[in-house]
Amino acid sequence: MITLSHYLVLSAVLFAIGLVGVYRRKNLLMLLFSTEILLNAANIGFAAISKFYGDLTGQMFAFFIVAVAASEVAVGLGLMIVWYKRRGTLDIDSMQSMHG
Amino acid sequence: MFEAIAFYTFSAITIVMFWITVTSKNALYAMSALAAGMIMISGFFFLLDADFLGVVQIIVYTGAVMALYAFGMMFFDTTRDVKERVRAPKLVFLLSGMTALVLVIALVAPILGDHIEALYPMKEGIENPQAVGIVLFTKYLVPFEVAAVMLLVAMIAGIVLAGKKMDESLTLKVEDEFTQKGAQ
Repeated sequence: MITLSHYLVLSAVLFAIGLVGVYRRKNLLMLLFSTEILLNAANIGFAAISKFYGDLTGQMFAFFIVAVAASEVAVGLGLMIVWYKRRGTLDIDSMQSMHG
Repeated sequence: MFEAIAFYTFSAITIVMFWITVTSKNALYAMSALAAGMIMISGFFFLLDADFLGVVQIIVYTGAVMALYAFGMMFFDTTRDVKERVRAPKLVFLLSGMTALVLVIALVAPILGDHIEALYPMKEGIENPQAVGIVLFTKYLVPFEVAAVMLLVAMIAGIVLAGKKMDESLTLKVEDEFTQKGAQ
C-alpha cells in the first residue's frame, strides 16, 4: 500500500536532486532546468497531501506553481538570450561584473 | 497492488531521468531527460486522483515549457559539451542533502502533529475537474486573475527581451563598447 510518506519521500528525493543541480551547475540553461525539477518536486508533495487529506487546496497551489513556472521560463529564456547575445556564453562565472 | 507497481516504476524512471538532467554535459540530452521526467510526474498526478493537474502538467510542461526551451536553444550553441568547473563536489551533495532533510522535517512536522484540517473537502460524486473548477472560481478567483495578469506580463517581457535590441544596453557597457562609442 502506498501511503503519504512514500510520496513525501519521493518528493524530497527529487527536491534533493534538483538542489544538487542548482548547487553544481555553472551553466545558466542547466540551472533553469534544475529549478524546474525543484518546482515539480514541490508539486508532487502538494498533490499527495491534497489526496490523502481530501483537500483541494494542495492542487490549487500546484496549479499556481505551474503558472509561475511557465512565466519564469518565458522571462528567464528572454534574459538568457539577451545575455548570450552580449557575452557569447551562459557561464555564471562570466556574470561577475560587480567585483566587490 | 497495481498502484504500488505504478508508483515504484514511475518513481524509478523519474529519479533516473532527473539525475541525467542534473549531471549530463549535453544540453540536448538534459532537456530530453527533463521532458521524460515531466511526463512521468504526470503519472503520479493520475495516481493521486488529480486528473486535471496531470493533464495540465503534460500540456504546460512537456508541451509549452519544453517547446520554449527547444526554441530558446536555437539561440545557443548546444552541440558543444557544457564546460563546468565544479569546486568541492562532495560539499555540494552534503549541502543539498542537508537542505532537503531540513525542508522535509519542516514540512512533515505539522502533519505528524496532525494539525491539518481540510479547508475545502472533496465532495462525493463530483469528478476532479469539476471540483477543481468549483474551488478555483470561487475561493481562488482573485489569485487566478492575478496569475492571468502575471502570465500576460511574462509574455510581454519575453517578447520585448527576445525581440527588441535589448542587448545594446545603456547601463551595462562592456569595455570595448565604451571605446567604440568613445571613438565616434
